Amino acid sequence: MARIDLKELAHSYLSKPAGETDYALRKMDHVWEDGNAYALLGPSGCGKTTLLNIISGLLQPSEGQVLFDGKDVTALLPQERNIAQVFQFPVIYDTMSVYDNLAFPLRNRKLPAADIDMRVKEVADMLELNDVLHKRAANLSADAKQKISLGRGLVRSDVAAILFDEPLTVIDPHLKLLLRRKLKQIHARFKLTMVYVTHDQLEALTFADQVVVMNEGQVMQIGTPQDLFENPQHTFVGYFIGSPGMNFLPCRMQNGIADIGNHEILVGNDTETLDGNFMLGIRPEFLKLHPQAVQGSLPVAVKAVEDLGNCKIVTVQLAEKTLKVKLSEEQELPAERSFLEFQSQWIRIYADEKLVGNGVKKQARLELEK
Amino acid sequence: MNKWEDNKAWLMVIPVFLVVAVSAIVPLMTVVNYSLQDIFGPDQRVFVGVEWYKDALTDPRLHDALKRQLLFSSLVLLIEIPLGILIALMMPKKGWGASLSLVLVALPLLIPWNVIGTIWIIFMRPDIGLLGAAVNGLGIPFDHTASPFAAWVTVMLMEVWHWTPLVVLLAYAGLQAIPEAYFQAARIDGASVWSTFRYIQLPKMRGVLTIAVLLRFMDSFLIYAEPFVLTGGGPGNSTTFLSIYLVKLAVGQFDLGPAAAFSIIYFLIVLLFCWLFYQALLKVGTGDKS
Repeated sequence: MARIDLKELAHSYLSKPAGETDYALRKMDHVWEDGNAYALLGPSGCGKTTLLNIISGLLQPSEGQVLFDGKDVTALLPQERNIAQVFQFPVIYDTMSVYDNLAFPLRNRKLPAADIDMRVKEVADMLELNDVLHKRAANLSADAKQKISLGRGLVRSDVAAILFDEPLTVIDPHLKLLLRRKLKQIHARFKLTMVYVTHDQLEALTFADQVVVMNEGQVMQIGTPQDLFENPQHTFVGYFIGSPGMNFLPCRMQNGIADIGNHEILVGNDTETLDGNFMLGIRPEFLKLHPQAVQGSLPVAVKAVEDLGNCKIVTVQLAEKTLKVKLSEEQELPAERSFLEFQSQWIRIYADEKLVGNGVKKQARLELEK
Repeated sequence: MNKWEDNKAWLMVIPVFLVVAVSAIVPLMTVVNYSLQDIFGPDQRVFVGVEWYKDALTDPRLHDALKRQLLFSSLVLLIEIPLGILIALMMPKKGWGASLSLVLVALPLLIPWNVIGTIWIIFMRPDIGLLGAAVNGLGIPFDHTASPFAAWVTVMLMEVWHWTPLVVLLAYAGLQAIPEAYFQAARIDGASVWSTFRYIQLPKMRGVLTIAVLLRFMDSFLIYAEPFVLTGGGPGNSTTFLSIYLVKLAVGQFDLGPAAAFSIIYFLIVLLFCWLFYQALLKVGTGDKS
């Protein structure tokens, strides 16, 4: 197991990158702690697979270093890095039995046969592959094949980290849940450093201790699922995480009050010092709809209601801007004219897409004020 | 459901039936018809039963031609399949190099078959041929019109040069179709170049290689134009393959009955071997071993 350091890492697929936009991965510095489960989350083409392949050594970064436990491995080949990687589509060796598939990485490393046998049986046990151990791998179902790919990663006792590249894409939904739980169990039991690439936020949030949200080759935020939900450090995170994503309203801030045109919203908390044009963000979960006016509420027109079965998504219009509100299933359907309440402790203020008001961590806040 | 509704589907199939009947079944039946008769002229024929089949099956010259043919086809498969895979593995996978090598490799396939025979006659001539003169210049006597061994070497060289490209193209297509993740996984599993070939590339090429083996077997078993031009079946009968013998019989001696019986036997042999190959290749790498 290892801690992974990314030092001034950047990558471009072009031989002579001219500007920022030529980089698939923009310069980044991160430390990923030993034994944690990380999820790399972002839309397609944001550079998450590039980053994963750089960590595993399949790709040489054009700039910067990758360190495992402080040791520079940037120039090492994948097989020298002691890394395991599971791919989007199950990769199995068709002509081999399940047993031989699992034993393959160990045989390539010339381990004694008795050790191989022990490890293979242990892993087969863990992944519930015992019944098919001597069957030909080619004839199995997709999820069993993906388990074999996973098993080939787990079979080596000395791997520095296990990397997953959207491993559950081809698996049936109900088996997805089982396999994901299996992964969590394995993580809890062996304390492996795991990095999991996905564009499915549910998968990322349920799998990982720390979620790395990426966009356009940059890491936007690394945080726990709760952190990402409550304190998105960047408007992209607010918009990308959550379903539906965060609402944003342009506003003028003065004395802790946000002016959004013809209405004023009290924000308070640590935003008194902010003065000028900002972006106000609030999650649909933290908006309330009332049939009558309450203190601080604003009149809105209800445009649409989507009933998702376990909640209702209401689209409301507030002075030219539309907002989404998430209501619990028990709540009454709102009337056409309702009153919208902003829960001020959940309002986040952004400048240049970055979080500047409310919910900024103390350390970051101190730096901001300097 | 109305029965007429169900049976209407047959109407759709009739055109195909007609095409197949005219192009394959009718000519084949004509040959079967010939093979059972002794034909003296357009209106003079005698029914002889399986007489010609008996003759053909006991004809020692046919036995020799069949043995030659089997040896030739075995050599073709043994040389062309591994060589084709090897060349395909060495070809660049992308970029301008890939297109260029594909064109270069495919060139022999674009040349008319009888021209190929002529090219090789000139190429192998001991007095002015590039290769023939070179080999003789080294002090090794080499003349495909005089020595059966030299004739065989020449025919084999020509065949390998002409048809290995087909195997290369098929194998190359098979290799290109393997997803990159397999190679990445193999690198991470620490697989050697040989293991990568043995456990990923070769099994993934099984489909195209099956086709390559079948095509090369059938074509080499039916080979006619190139050896006919190059050696005419000689020296002696040393390169008289089945089809050359068949043509000698049918055209040279105008024995239509025996030639027809021979054709049917020839056809059945090819069919039998193809079926055997197909069955064997289907089984390779599918059954459970426990």
